Amino acid sequence: MSRMLKFLRIFFCVLWVVASSPLLALDELRVGLSTDIVTVDPHFANQDSVSAVCAHIYETLVALDPDTHLIPVLATSWRPINETTWEFKLRRDVKFHDGSPLTADDVAFSIDRPATLTTSSAPFTSYTKTIVSKKIIDPYTIQLTTAIPYPLLPNDLSRIFIVSKKAAQNASTEDFNLGKVEAGSGPFKLTRYTKGDSIQLQRNDAYWGDKPAWTQVTLKMLPNDSARMSALLSGDVQAIENVQANLVAQFRQNKKLSVYEKVSSRFMFIYLDFRDTTPYAVDKAGKPLAKNPLQDLRVRQAISKLIDRNVLAERVIDKLGVPNGNIAAPGTYGFSPTLTPETYDLAGAKRLLTEAGYPNGFGITFFAPNNRFINDDQVAQAIGQMLTRGGIDTKVQTMPMATYIPRAARKENGFGLLGWGVGGGEPSGAMRAFLATTDKEKGLGAYNWASYSNPRFDELLLQALRTVDDKPREKLLQQAVELAVKKDYAIIPLYNQVVTWATKKGIRYTPRTDEFTLAQQFHPE
Amino acid sequence: MMVFMLRRLLQSVLALLVMSLLVFVGVYAVGNPIDLLIDPQATQAEIARTVAALGLDKPLWAQYLYFLKGAVSGDLGKSFVHGVPALGLILERMPATLELASVAIVGAIAVGMPLGLWAGLHPRSWAARTIMGVSILGFSLPTFWIGLMLIMWFSVQLGWLPSNGRGATIDIFGMPLSIFTLDGWCHLLLPALTLALFNIALIIRLARTGTQEAMAQDYIKFARAKGLSNRRIVGVHVLKNIAIPIVTVVALQFGSVVAFAVVTETIFAWPGMGKLLIDSINLLDRPVIVAYVLIVVALFIGINLVVDLLYALLDPRIRLAEPKMRAR
Repeated sequence: MSRMLKFLRIFFCVLWVVASSPLLALDELRVGLSTDIVTVDPHFANQDSVSAVCAHIYETLVALDPDTHLIPVLATSWRPINETTWEFKLRRDVKFHDGSPLTADDVAFSIDRPATLTTSSAPFTSYTKTIVSKKIIDPYTIQLTTAIPYPLLPNDLSRIFIVSKKAAQNASTEDFNLGKVEAGSGPFKLTRYTKGDSIQLQRNDAYWGDKPAWTQVTLKMLPNDSARMSALLSGDVQAIENVQANLVAQFRQNKKLSVYEKVSSRFMFIYLDFRDTTPYAVDKAGKPLAKNPLQDLRVRQAISKLIDRNVLAERVIDKLGVPNGNIAAPGTYGFSPTLTPETYDLAGAKRLLTEAGYPNGFGITFFAPNNRFINDDQVAQAIGQMLTRGGIDTKVQTMPMATYIPRAARKENGFGLLGWGVGGGEPSGAMRAFLATTDKEKGLGAYNWASYSNPRFDELLLQALRTVDDKPREKLLQQAVELAVKKDYAIIPLYNQVVTWATKKGIRYTPRTDEFTLAQQFHPE
Repeated sequence: MMVFMLRRLLQSVLALLVMSLLVFVGVYAVGNPIDLLIDPQATQAEIARTVAALGLDKPLWAQYLYFLKGAVSGDLGKSFVHGVPALGLILERMPATLELASVAIVGAIAVGMPLGLWAGLHPRSWAARTIMGVSILGFSLPTFWIGLMLIMWFSVQLGWLPSNGRGATIDIFGMPLSIFTLDGWCHLLLPALTLALFNIALIIRLARTGTQEAMAQDYIKFARAKGLSNRRIVGVHVLKNIAIPIVTVVALQFGSVVAFAVVTETIFAWPGMGKLLIDSINLLDRPVIVAYVLIVVALFIGINLVVDLLYALLDPRIRLAEPKMRAR
């Protein structure tokens, strides 16, 4: 009996699939995302995955184009009117989803809102705290003042979504999640957000810009790689982000699929230890070394020469990497062409180790996360073998990101692998975080786990951060990176990850450096 | 009966307390979740401010006492990541998991019991041997592999069933349930089957052994001598006697399916509690982890209580009263 029932059930399900497939309208798009987002409140959780979803519903004054150049969105123009004040002119024909028009009032409200959400563990205040006062000149002009000259204000504001004050002023994060708030101006309206499952969107027909090709969009959250891949293969979704690394080649040959890729701003590097002693350095017999070998420039140089970046990029991560000697991605703002990836040189590395007083090498432990970056576990193993070949006996220890980061923040690792999404279209944020000398007062070096310090670097960086003109600032940033990376070997740059998307044939995507997956950038062919 | 219940209650509270302490200390030992969660652009001052806002700057004992104070009034803390009450977050996901687990267990009983009974009644037939042989597969194949194979066959190759997610839901008493829609069943079928396979095998084996034992007993012979129909002998007398071990195992299995459907939920992207737990562990979201463990402990306590009550119902010889303590 029950078997019969089961059979019937399958029969009906098949019937359902067959019957409903022609009903799937051509202008409906379903996309498989690789992260489970925690909210759709645009100001609550400062995470790229949340911002990428919110970018369907909300817009910023300034945004990044697929190649991380700043483009006008809700602001038509912006300019510094003196050392510390920026003026933004707003677009005049913008209506929020609740019908109210965009004015400078909404902008001021949106800049204030992040600081009011005090229970957030990842607040957006990093991008709003520099603004000390706001002046509304007229409904379409606003002036923002910072305490010190701050050239990066437009870049920072590319992270702050503008919401309708009328719709959002009494709304809690939960109200946003329940879809009760119509505070966006973006190309899509939120229909429903089901935690842990999906986000449903509907086209905003009153949108001021190019209207998207889809009337309905479902963003399905499928963090498990195999679930996401099978969803695409079975037709449950028409597009996915982050193709499983070992399937990219196979997908490319699949006649029913298209693969899109782009060099990401996510940059992988090795951090070192500049303290007098480092916890895991041992001699050949396994006894702890009194002096930290990583303090010696020649040792750092040798480590860099021992790593074959082409092998890492081509084999270990299945061509999803591009060797890079910079922090900024190739071709983006702040990229220095003089910083080329170091070439593999075993003899040179051995010579440097001998000169440094380690003719037989030494032992060390290399730490890495195992669930965050493309094949991070294998990358760490490969690096361990490359170093061991040069005489540095390397033990590799990998762990989940949740254990790794707090450990590294307590400086218990000393030597390890890290990736950094260089956000906002320029590298100074990353440089400030992990290369500048740690200084709590000035907010520098919060992630300087290596304890690296070079006053000249700090000086160049701070000077760059005060320089409002883009060209001279870029020059200063390039000089600073050259100093830290090429001269000091403060970090050992490896490669930039390549980010991938796959779609059913017939759907085109404009791949983006910032890894965002945006339904408005999928187009039927 | 009263004493029994009271004692149970005390034990339960103790178990909950110990579990909460263990998890609290365990997650605390891993490290500060803010290091993991906060935007990398944040400065030290902002990190410190965020840590203080979430009360993570206080010593462990103070944080635990604060948690206990809230827990007494039913507040298990706010999720660090979602910023909403942890308990609500879990309860929101609970219907999906309960639904999946119920369908899997009910399905397992519906398939496993008749097959096991049949195999026990006709142990030498080829059909019984086949059933038993296949049930070994149910035991030995890992769940995640079964799940992936089902997706490969029914979704990717044949395209019959959706590969992931939960279908259309209908609100019943405020709970979104998908078992009342066809779309819901289509989505439910594969994950439920994945979860059910092991349990089907388990129930078949329990039922077969029980039936074989029962059939050899005197009361069955007596019943036959009395001229009772076969249907009545098997349907009432055998079934009732084999039910006790099966009830225990099925109930405990139900508990573990609810609590540990993590793998299946991950593979099928089923928006249940298991997926939430994994995400929370990955982000060190302590309030959610603690609340989850407490709910699971409470669930098992509840199940065990129900099982004990069911025993008494099935077997009149079992009494729930405490044995009288003899004075020494």
